[in-house]
Amino acid sequence: MSVTNAKTSQAAPAKRSFDLGHLLLEGRAFFALIVIIAVFSFLSPYYFTLNNFLIMASHVAIFGLLAIGMLLVILNGGIDLSVGSTLGLCGVVAGYLMKGVTLNYFGVILYPPVWAVVVLTCALGALIGAVNGVLIAYLRVPAFVATLGVLYCARGFALLMTNGLTFNNLSGRPELGNTGFDWLGFNRLFGVPIGVLVLATLAILCGIMLSKSAFGRWLYASGGNERAADLSGVPVKRVKITVYVLSGICAAIAGLVLSSQLTSAGPTAGTTYELTAIAAVVIGGAALTGGRGTIRGTMLGAFVIGFLSDGLVIIGVSSYWQTVFTGAVIVLAVLLNSIQYGGRRAKSA
Amino acid sequence: MSATDQIGEVVLAARNIAKSYGNVHALKGVNFEVHRGQVTTLFGENGAGKSTLMKILSGVVQPTSGEIILDGKPVVFSSSSHARDSGISIIHQELSLAPNMNVRDNIFMGREIMTSTGVDFAEEERQTRALMAELEEDIDPLTLVEDLRLGQQQIVEIARALSVNSRILIMDEPTSALSATEVEVLFKVIRDLKSKGVSIVYISHHLEEALQITNHAVVLRDGNMTAYAERKDIDLEWIVRNMVGENFDLGTPPTGHAIGDVALSVENLCVPDAAGAGYNVVDNMSLSVRAGEVVCIYGLMGAGRTELLECVAGRLPASSGRVRLKGQEVSGLSIAERIDRGLVLVPEDRQRDGLVQTMSVGQNLSLASIGNFVRGLFTSRSAEQAIVDEAIRKVHIKTDGGAAAIGSLSGGNQQKVVIGKMLATNPEVILLDEPSRGIDIGAKSEVFKLLAERARSGLAVIYSTSEVGECLSIAHRIIVMRRGRISAEFTSDVTKEKIMAASGESVAH
Repeated sequence: MSVTNAKTSQAAPAKRSFDLGHLLLEGRAFFALIVIIAVFSFLSPYYFTLNNFLIMASHVAIFGLLAIGMLLVILNGGIDLSVGSTLGLCGVVAGYLMKGVTLNYFGVILYPPVWAVVVLTCALGALIGAVNGVLIAYLRVPAFVATLGVLYCARGFALLMTNGLTFNNLSGRPELGNTGFDWLGFNRLFGVPIGVLVLATLAILCGIMLSKSAFGRWLYASGGNERAADLSGVPVKRVKITVYVLSGICAAIAGLVLSSQLTSAGPTAGTTYELTAIAAVVIGGAALTGGRGTIRGTMLGAFVIGFLSDGLVIIGVSSYWQTVFTGAVIVLAVLLNSIQYGGRRAKSA
Repeated sequence: MSATDQIGEVVLAARNIAKSYGNVHALKGVNFEVHRGQVTTLFGENGAGKSTLMKILSGVVQPTSGEIILDGKPVVFSSSSHARDSGISIIHQELSLAPNMNVRDNIFMGREIMTSTGVDFAEEERQTRALMAELEEDIDPLTLVEDLRLGQQQIVEIARALSVNSRILIMDEPTSALSATEVEVLFKVIRDLKSKGVSIVYISHHLEEALQITNHAVVLRDGNMTAYAERKDIDLEWIVRNMVGENFDLGTPPTGHAIGDVALSVENLCVPDAAGAGYNVVDNMSLSVRAGEVVCIYGLMGAGRTELLECVAGRLPASSGRVRLKGQEVSGLSIAERIDRGLVLVPEDRQRDGLVQTMSVGQNLSLASIGNFVRGLFTSRSAEQAIVDEAIRKVHIKTDGGAAAIGSLSGGNQQKVVIGKMLATNPEVILLDEPSRGIDIGAKSEVFKLLAERARSGLAVIYSTSEVGECLSIAHRIIVMRRGRISAEFTSDVTKEKIMAASGESVAH
């Protein structure tokens, strides 16, 4: 009997049947990933190599980080459209800090060390998330509208800060003691890109939080039925604000990884990434109505999208077709979700 | 009451109609007939199956088995518009108007009068005015429905049903929000319709009011038809007897334990109307309940029972007054803080407010007591398991185990999960809003037995009900609410008739 672990209760259907259709439906993201890898390996000799997988994984890391935050928000029954812009703004702010802060009053230029840049950037992401959360939980602005507004504002601030230009060459200078910003994006630990390791760490932490902590339980409960959770003593407003803050922090980390990978920070970075993140969560089997979804599914969803689009690039399919394929995969995923949850409801009703 | 006493021909008949929702049997083979130009009233308590039967007759839901016979021929209504085309329309208990649209558009919704150039608004408006004149109501056809008060919205709902010119009109609690004069007008309209040969199926909790207008009485209980009679053969007592049942044993007030100090006291509590209409749904109420005592709050729909309980539990804000738990003020506290201090609420609508459908039975049971099985940062699986197992055992939930899906349980067992969830927090005071709603009689008596047991060990129990039979079960005291105030207080030796009279139920407007 599994009570605490949301993953196993998700994977264990009420009816213990081993029919193939059911198995395929439950594990669809996993099978989709295997099919994608098999097909592209067949079509291109370059696809199935360790190096290619690592490169693709570091692309996935950006979407994956956003998708973790998005999963938390979607589990709560909300949506966060602002993550792409938050990524952009946080990248720009990190770039600005790396370039040195000129304090006219003191007549000095401050070069904060890299750890300070990381902390300040994450704090900015948390602040943007908190704005979303307060708007939604206390001022009762619908999540879609609140985060849409923040999407525009954050992007606008990013453009204002840079005048539309890009901060280049963020590697820092040894004499200023602020080198190492490119470590996140370029370096490898045990042969694995740091960005991928960051993603893996966050995913594991988040998975444990969801399945093991009281907060995880609160999140599933308030996403499944907010009124019931409220009457059971769950602090639903606090949970709501927290998920948006965490989503903002995830976006900030993604922004750091991206600008480190590029060693530059442009104000338009991350445009439409929020949609990719939502797609990853949905492909991973989460319900947009809240209360259903796992970190494992979301990670699979992110890899499905990443491996599919990189595969299409490798075999030389035009980027226009990539867009079409991605769209088709998303619709198919939602279709399967409604079959899975609709079927479940019909059985249990 | 109509002068025609001979039975008209049967226009609509239900034969062995049964309806199940999963494991819940709402109707178990009901037969009943509707006569031309006469009123047939369905009597029954909440959950007896009246509304389900009406929804089947009007094509809103499909029966699990049985057939509907219209003019001697079996028919299957695939939708409510199909039933409407066959001459059957319904006035729903819950208003089914679009508040953002005006009266005219609501009345003609779905069957707009069309000309070659579009909707004929002028003609619609003219007909709407004629309907309003017939109902003697001064409502402009272009007023938005949300700007009308509830009684006027009900009139619009009635006007919509009248505008179809149906042969059979089903009225599910049409008078619950109407004033006395509006009820008089409605009854006049009903008499007009009867003389035009329209058959009416009527449902009402206002028994005496229904007796004024009806020709036939059908009584439902727990999904069965228990009695049928013509109006001239029956009286109020006959209806109550058949509604409530003879062998209706829900237990007796628990005795043999010491009644303790005051556990909960409510002083001059006022709860304003949620819609901001400016009146109080709970009006200056005071009551106190001692540890080990069981108190029943009885009242009709809209008497303020739910608002009172939700306010005490911290869900609704009070405009004035205070709530004390064992002498300590809890008025400003959140729901979670009140649960911590031992004040819990089992809400009325378990689907909407009680259960998280996406979580398992065990996760639902432990939801309110997560704090009790968190060890450090994480939840302890074994500690949670112990809480879940204990709840399942103590509340007698029939389930495959904590991992089962909530939807796999019957209504009664789902209700026990909600009660078990709140009892798992070891409360001092438990408030239950209609704990017996929509569960069968066996589960009902189990729930009451359980509450009586807990009262014996010192729990203060307050439950509300709209079924008078449930007042005379485990409650030491019965408090009757009417329009937000306490209209009477009885001990457990009171009669059903006295309780009903105090609630305003058997008194005609």
